[in-house]
Amino acid sequence: MRDPEHIKEVMQLEFSGSELNVRAALQSLMAGLVGAGLAEDDLGLIELVLAEVFNNIVEHAYGSGSRGPIFVSAAARAGWLDFRVTDEGRALPSGALAQGGLPQLDGPLESLPEGGFGWYLVRKLAADLSYQRKDGRNRLTFSMPFQADICDAGPGAAGGAENLKKT
Amino acid sequence: MEFSCTEAGDVLIVRVLAARIDAAAALKFKDALRALTGAASHVVLDLRDVQFVDSSGLGAIVAVMKLMGSARRLDLAGLTPTVDKVFRLTRMDSIFTIHGSVDDVPKFYQAG
Repeated sequence: MRDPEHIKEVMQLEFSGSELNVRAALQSLMAGLVGAGLAEDDLGLIELVLAEVFNNIVEHAYGSGSRGPIFVSAAARAGWLDFRVTDEGRALPSGALAQGGLPQLDGPLESLPEGGFGWYLVRKLAADLSYQRKDGRNRLTFSMPFQADICDAGPGAAGGAENLKKT
Repeated sequence: MEFSCTEAGDVLIVRVLAARIDAAAALKFKDALRALTGAASHVVLDLRDVQFVDSSGLGAIVAVMKLMGSARRLDLAGLTPTVDKVFRLTRMDSIFTIHGSVDDVPKFYQAG
């Protein structure tokens, strides 16, 4: 029995934005989601979307030589994980999400794109993507689908995730 | 980041002995591959140990292909499920020849 109103905070994590910290944060978050009972099939794409979002913050919101906090939280409802990611870096250009089209692949070898896939992947895989700039912070919210039913699992199910709280 | 290289006929197989080709590894990956591939005319990148590639890692693999130029070729082999999805989602599976595993490589080219 799934109750769509049943929303459960699965995990939260704060870390300082750098490429290596992103890797460590992803590993903690994925371990937490495994502990909460998610299927490996869902995890790969969730990790990919989180990686693109975090890397974008490290590379663009903060940028080289600058570092700041990244805060992520996840809440579960029937079949979906709702993520909220905030940072204190620069706002997105023009204050809105990038269109995120797929770069052109049909040119000659030397014109093949080496980047520009990040927002495309996020837009393709995440639902209800929304961006807000408020009080000097960027806040991105989005939802990712999953198969396993962690909402109805026993009280111990989210234990692994509870251990992740480092805030 | 570690690699193991095997020569099979005219093909240089480079196995990536790392779980991730991500933003933190992309630059090292590109530099290492540039050195390892040398003048080899045909390289197959064995990705069986790689569980995760993000868009930076994908960009680094594309960069290696571009460094090799159009007279040499870079194929991929042994994509794990999530890595395979990244290549399909970005349509990069249409740019590279992708083998199920490195064991398929000799058969593929004998047949071709």
